[in-house]
Parts: sequence; structure tokens; C-alpha cells
Amino acid sequence: MLERKIRVLVAKPGLDGHDRGAKVIGRALRDAGMEVVYTGLRQTPEQIAATTLQEDVDVLCLSILSGAHNTLFPRVTALLKENDVDDVLVIGGGVIPDEDIPFLKDHGIEAVFTPGTNTEDVVSFIKTNLKR
Amino acid sequence: MESFEQRLAQWDKNVVKSLAKRKERKETFYTTGGHAVNRLYTHKDIAEVDPLQDIGLPGEYPFTRGVQPTMYRGRLWTMRQYAGFATAEESNKRYKYLIEQGSMGLSVAFDLPTQIGFDSDNSLAEGEVGKVGVAIDSLRDMELLFDGIPLNQVSTSMTINAPAAVLLAMYIAVAEKQGVDSKELRGTIQNDILKEYMARGTYIFPPEPSMRLITNIFEYCAEAVPQWNTISISGYHIREAGCTAVQELAFTLADGIAYVEAAIKAGLSVDDFAPRLSFFFNAHNDLFEEVAKYRAARKLWAKIMKERFKAQDPKSMMLKFHTQTAGCSLTAQQPDNNIIRVAIQTLAAVLGGTQSLHTNSRDEAFALPTEASVRIALRTQQIVAYESGVADTVDPMAGSYYVEALTDTMLKQAEEYIARIDELGGAPKAIERGYMQQEIMDSAYRYQKDIEKGERVVVGVNQFRIDEEPPKGLLRVDPEVEVMQKQKLLELKEKRNSPAVATSLEALRIACSSEENLMPYILSAVRAYATLGEICGVMRDEFGEYIGTAIL
Amino acid sequence: MSKADDYVAGIIAGKARIAAKAISLVENGDSSAIEFLKALYPHTGKARIVGITGPPGAGKSTLTDKLAKLLRKKGKRVGIVAVDPTSPFTGGAILGDRIRMQELATDPGVFIRSMGTRGQLGGLARSTHSAVRVLDAYGSDFVFIETVGVGQSEVDIVQLADIVLLVTIPGMGDDIQVIKAGILEIGDIFCINKADMDGANRLAAELEMMLDLKGHFEGLRPPVVKTVASEDKGTAELLESLLFHLAEDENSGRLAERREKNLKTEMLRIMAKALENTVSRLTEQTGALENYSRQIMQGALDPFSASEKMLAQINNIQFRL
Repeated sequence: MLERKIRVLVAKPGLDGHDRGAKVIGRALRDAGMEVVYTGLRQTPEQIAATTLQEDVDVLCLSILSGAHNTLFPRVTALLKENDVDDVLVIGGGVIPDEDIPFLKDHGIEAVFTPGTNTEDVVSFIKTNLKR
Repeated sequence: MESFEQRLAQWDKNVVKSLAKRKERKETFYTTGGHAVNRLYTHKDIAEVDPLQDIGLPGEYPFTRGVQPTMYRGRLWTMRQYAGFATAEESNKRYKYLIEQGSMGLSVAFDLPTQIGFDSDNSLAEGEVGKVGVAIDSLRDMELLFDGIPLNQVSTSMTINAPAAVLLAMYIAVAEKQGVDSKELRGTIQNDILKEYMARGTYIFPPEPSMRLITNIFEYCAEAVPQWNTISISGYHIREAGCTAVQELAFTLADGIAYVEAAIKAGLSVDDFAPRLSFFFNAHNDLFEEVAKYRAARKLWAKIMKERFKAQDPKSMMLKFHTQTAGCSLTAQQPDNNIIRVAIQTLAAVLGGTQSLHTNSRDEAFALPTEASVRIALRTQQIVAYESGVADTVDPMAGSYYVEALTDTMLKQAEEYIARIDELGGAPKAIERGYMQQEIMDSAYRYQKDIEKGERVVVGVNQFRIDEEPPKGLLRVDPEVEVMQKQKLLELKEKRNSPAVATSLEALRIACSSEENLMPYILSAVRAYATLGEICGVMRDEFGEYIGTAIL
Repeated sequence: MSKADDYVAGIIAGKARIAAKAISLVENGDSSAIEFLKALYPHTGKARIVGITGPPGAGKSTLTDKLAKLLRKKGKRVGIVAVDPTSPFTGGAILGDRIRMQELATDPGVFIRSMGTRGQLGGLARSTHSAVRVLDAYGSDFVFIETVGVGQSEVDIVQLADIVLLVTIPGMGDDIQVIKAGILEIGDIFCINKADMDGANRLAAELEMMLDLKGHFEGLRPPVVKTVASEDKGTAELLESLLFHLAEDENSGRLAERREKNLKTEMLRIMAKALENTVSRLTEQTGALENYSRQIMQGALDPFSASEKMLAQINNIQFRL
């Protein structure tokens, strides 16, 4: 039996080009032994949902810094639902005010990591909250 | 009599002896950028630095000490706060307020759809309209943005890159409507595409047509808008992406070299455009390292322009730069601490001889700044300018053994990077291969790991933490802005002369595949009220779109 | 119906999520994977398998993207398997090939899957073959396999694909050396990408010359095609050449020959793997490995005699794949 690897999609919806956080997280997840699919900037919710499905990832990390999270994050999770993808852990990161977090959690974003987050915390959150 | 060397040797011995009893705080000390820092610097550390050749005098080659002879004794740096949000009308109000408050220069922030050449009604723009800056869809919005602001009386800096030619054309067209000659216009467009590929991410077209647009602007402005700074070669965003101070310095100047080469290749003569080149650097926390960076940058650029490009005009050799304090150094935790960080960074920029400065607001790690925060940021500059005394003599850090040694080291390390980039075929080729992206990413990751291991202290983040309430009363952009902006666009499209729009866009399309300068074609399309998205759409069709690299 | 049959039914019905799950099943070495692959096999064989290999930075992903788009215009369904290296130190991987294929992501006629090599050498992952079969049964007319692209040792692709496209670019300095090192043997079509760069014509001439020297070819002589994939230049010609080559191979019986040859290799590989697994399982279980190594350390035996003894003890064993 081969070792089962955790597969993660790190995706940037929206138009901002600030991918430092997404890339640092991606690298930290790789260093934690995970397979990280990275799809670059300016991903539409449709592209993210399709990629999540085809790659059969365990985790979807969404990163956004432009302030469009309340529009775009829920759209991604709605598309996942539409496609019966219910076993993916969806987390978010970026410049996201605390007061927006309850709204995002209501829309299927299970954790939101804001600036100053330790990458180790993200790794252990993923490991303990996998849905399969 | 005892010599200095003998004394120093003895002192070293004594210190080493005392270390047995009492260790220093760390085995090795490093600057933020990763230079090992000596315990002590003396004149021996700068024995090879020549006071005339290497340091020189202010306003003279190699400009290490500054580009003007009197620096801030003559005129203070321009305090230029980057602002803009929501609609053109709202931003216009903010600019008028800033001008009333004595602001000398405007600095326009555009929203992301504008920066990527999409109109507000593009599906990709959803949720982004007016968020991080003002939304500009057509000349109509630009007219509203500068309504009642005489363009011959302000200098305007526009943070715009991939579609810079279009926004500049709109600015010129607004001036025409105001009856202002384009020769009177003063300001800057960022227009630096290479760092977009490397770090900032708001690119549209591939490198080749992008470089063409840039040299088209150089050429057009040399004649028609001679007082305009046609590019602001930016290290700021590269640093924000996580590189070190030396990498910021090296990659920025390597980009500068690429632009100069492109312009020369396009047939321009160096002294015709080089005086209009300007730079844009980051001011991070490590005070001395930052000061050394700016001094090394000036000296290195002067040398490059004189020796590599054979510039004759001293103005071509002067590296003039805008500075912004480091957004990436701000913490969401205990945000008031950011005021102090910004104050240190302000000092670094001023001691480094900046020509203009934007100070970040304390709350920018989690939202757009509130008016109160913006005021503190501006006051920080004013306190440094008027109360600290650091602006009263030219280049006060010169002669510091440490700063001079660091200036020299950083310059040499930057030269090594530039040599490596030359080997790879210059900045555009090196970027295509992902060389800089990998270097930046490696530094960013190391920085993050250092914080997590506690090897780098960030006050309030990995030490000196408190439990705190999340911030309240954050500035938010009304989602109605998007609706209004779409409505305006709809009305414009009904009212404008559609055949004229179509004709001008078709002329632009044809020009794209010729060797012609595109500026006049873009200007005609703008005058006919073709939208930004339409103009960029034609160029997207003709030039294709750039795809980033997946370097983590 | 068994779990395996469920999967197969879902895949044949074109359900993307089932196909994705099935690839994971195989990739993770799930206990039901072999049963599933057996059930899947009868539904495979329709797709044409195209290998795309070449050094890093040659533009393999961009080329795959453009070829896939051209095939979509012809109404063909496309599967893509993109392989990236797994870090030997952390076991993790960055799978970044999709970045150049994002417009295909939402096309229902395209399915893209990224894989890490997970310790496998030779430019592919162990389960690449199975993933290709899943996408074949899923209804793809063409399945592209983009190899890791580290250069020298990517010969596995030959044993999996119907046709191999070797992509190279001018100005790498060592491109000719790479070709000399045996890469010439694996390409059925040579693509010089970024052909707007200096040295493209020289590289093409050198390649043609080396093909002249080789003289003998099992099928058609490999054509040398120049492209600028990022600008979609030459890609239509490349596809034409690819389709022509495939059609010729099919008509001449060479395709069937190649597939048969590849099947032999595959079976040998399956058996070798089973033997390896069995040997290590048994010798560990019985303590024989432990036993003999101690004896060798004491100078009582040598590793060769010990191995002979252990192999001799393996009789009437039920091998497991």
C-alpha cells in the first residue's frame, strides 16, 4: 500500500497580483509532504471549482488581498456544492477583516488565516481537519 | 606611541575575553536583508572607499551623497500620499481636499480592473470595482477625476503599468479639454512592466509588445510631454514580494538597464530620455541597511549610465526616486505599533535622500486606511521634516564607518547580481526563465521561516503578544460603486459617436501590427471615448496575453 | 455491483468527479485498485496517447495547451496528465503545469490531472499509466502526457505513448548533447519551440543532420517542426504532422505493433513489481533478511549465497500485484 498524500489546490481568485502569501503557504505545504497544485493569478470561481474537481484535492486554499473575498469565496463554494463536491476542506487567507469571517464561515470557508499566521498552524489545521 | 591598529587588536582581545563571561545576544547578527553585521566598524573597514571617487559631493558624479547640492536645505522632499477609491467623483473630492491642505502632488491609485485593462462591466471585474483604487473606464471618468483641478498646476503620479499608455492618453486629453498644453504637464506614470512579471502581477501583454508600448511612450513624451516622468522603475513591489534589500536594488537597476537598452534599440538617444527615468524604492525597518541601499543605488546607476550607456548629460546619471514605506512590514496585530515602524522607515528614506515619500497608514495590514490613519502617516513625515533636524544637512550618514562599508558591500553584491542577469541575456530573459522569481521566493520563504523559528523578532507577532479586540470601523467601499460605474458605462456607450469609436479602434488594430508609435492611435481612440477595456481588448487580440510562472 | 464496477460505470458515463476519484484510488494504491483496473481495461484503447517530453522551460505545457485547443476545435475530447517531480526530501511536490492551461479548465471536453512522481524515476509517476487509461475510458480521443522534463532519463514515455513529441528550444547550450545522449531515439516528432529565438534554424539543421546519420527508422522519419507556442505559431502544422504520423502508423500496422510491444513491457513491469513486493514481504515476515544479514556480518556468509538461499525458499507463493 502506497502512502496516501494530501493533495492541495492553492488558488488565487480575483485580480490582485499579491501572491507572496499564497506561494509561501504552497511551499510550506510542499515541505510538509503535500502535493500542491498551483494555478497562478486571476482564477475565476469556475476555473477553481473545475480544478478542485479534476485534481480531486483534499484541500482548497483560497487567497485574496484585494477585498473581493465576500464576493468571490462564496461563489467558489457554491459551485463546489453544485457539483456535489462535499469532501474538500476549503480554507481562505489574505487581508480579510475579522468581522467578515463569520459570513465566510457560513459560506463554507472553514478557516480564515490572516496576516501574521504561522505556516505550521496551517499545516496542522489541514492535517486535523481533512474530510476524508 | 601606540598605533590605532595595536589598540584595536588589544581591544578585540579584551572583548573576546569578556565574552567568556558574558555572551552577546546572538552568535551572529544579521541585517534584515541578511548581511552579517560586525561588532564594530572603523575606518579600516572603508580603507578602499575613496572619499572623492566613491563618495564624492552632493549634486556631483557619482551622486552617492544625493542628486542636488543642497538637498532638503533647498526644498523638502515631496510628501505624496497615494489615494483613490470608489468612483472618479469621490476621488476628485479627496484630491481637492488634499490640495486645499497644501499637498503639492497627487498620486492616483486605480482599481484592479483598470490596472488590468478591464472595464467595470467585465465579468472578471466583479467584486473588484473601486476596491483598491478609483475605477476609470473612459475619458469621461478621467474628466470627472480631475474636474476643477487645473492640470498645469499640479503634478500627478499615476500607479499604472500595463495600460499606462491609455491612462496617460486620457490625462493628455483632459488637459486638452482644459486648454492646457501637454508640454506643461508634470507627473509620473509607473509604466514598469518588468516588475509586474516579477512580483506585482498586474500584467496584460507579453514582454515584447509591452516593451514596445513603453518605448513608444518614451518617444512620444520626449517631444509632446517633455516634463513628464515616463517611467518609475520600481523595486518597491519586488521587496514587498519578499526579496532582500540587495535583491531589490539589483533587480530594479537590472530592469532599468533593460528599459534603457530597449529605448536605444528603438532609436532613441540616451540623453534624450534618460533624464526622465525615475525610480521607486521600498523603505523597510533596517535603518542603516536601507540608507546604504539608496546611496549604493545612486552610485551604481550613475556608473551604469556613464560607463555602460555613455551618457553625457549628468541628469541622465542621476537616480531620482520616490519611496514608500514597507507595506509588508506592517502587522495586523497591535496596529498602533505600525506608526513607529513607519517613523523609522521615514527616517531611512530621508537619510537616504529620497525625492518624494508616501508613508503607509497603521491600519493597512487589514483594510484601506481611514482618514485619521492617513493623517498620522502624513504627520510622521512632517515631524521628521520639521522637528527632527535630519533634513538640515546634506547626507548626514556619510562617513559613518558602518553605513559606508554597507553601501560598498551592497553595491558590489548588486553588481554581481546584475552580471548574472546579463549572463542570462538581460532582465526580460532572466524573468522568462524565472530566475528573479525564484530568488525572490527563496528570500520570502526564508524570511517567513526565520519569523516562525523566532530567529527574527516581529514585535506583537511572535513576541510581546497581547489578546486584542479585532479592529472596528474599517473603511469599506460601497458595493453600489460597481453598479453605478456599470450604469455610467452603459450611458456612455449610448451617447458616444459609435462609428468614430470603431474607426479609431480599427486604426489602432492596424497600427499594432506595424512599426508605428501607438500613442497617437491610442490618443485618438481615447478622444472618441473608446473605453479602456475596448482599447486594451484590441491590443489583447493583437498581442496576446502573458501567463505567469509557477515558481514557489 | 462492486465498487470497481461502480467506478467503471461512472467513468464510461463521462462523470468527471468519478474519473477524478478513480485516479486517486489508483494513485494511492487503494486495495481495490487492481480489481478496478481489471474492470476498466476492456473500455480502453480508443484514445491516442501522445507523450510530450523535453527539457524544463522548453514550453511543454504551453504546447500541450495549444494542441488541446486545436483538437477541441475539431470536436475531439482531450485528457491531459501532467507530471511534476516529487521532492525526495519532503515527499511533497509543486504541481504547476496547469497554470498554462487555465482556459481549458472549464471546458467540459477536457480533463486535466496533475501528478507528482512520488519517487518514480524516468519522468512519469507510477500511476500515470492507469490515469491515462481512466481518461481513455472517460471518452478522451487524445490523452497527452507531459513528462517531468528533467532531461536525460525520460525513456519511460516511449513505453506508454503511441507517439512521442520531443520539445526543445534553441540556445540551451547543451541541447545537442542531450540529443546525442540518446534522446534522438525517443522522439517520433521533434518540435523546436520558441523558434523566433536566435539559433532555431541552426538547431533544426543539426537535428536533420543527426536524423540523416541515423538513417534507419522503424516507422516514418521523425519530422522537425518549428513552433512559437506562446504565440500559437506553427502549432497547427505540428498537430497536422502529429495526426498524419498517427494515421500512417495505424494504417501500416505500426501502431498495433508498438502497443503490443508496450504491453509486454508493462506486464514485465507489473510482474517485477509483484516479485519485488513479495520478496521483501516474505523475507521480512520470516525474519530471513534479519537472519542472513547477521550471518554475513559475522563473516559466515556472503550476500550472494544468502540471496540464493532465500530465493530457493520462495516456492508456491501466491503473488500479489
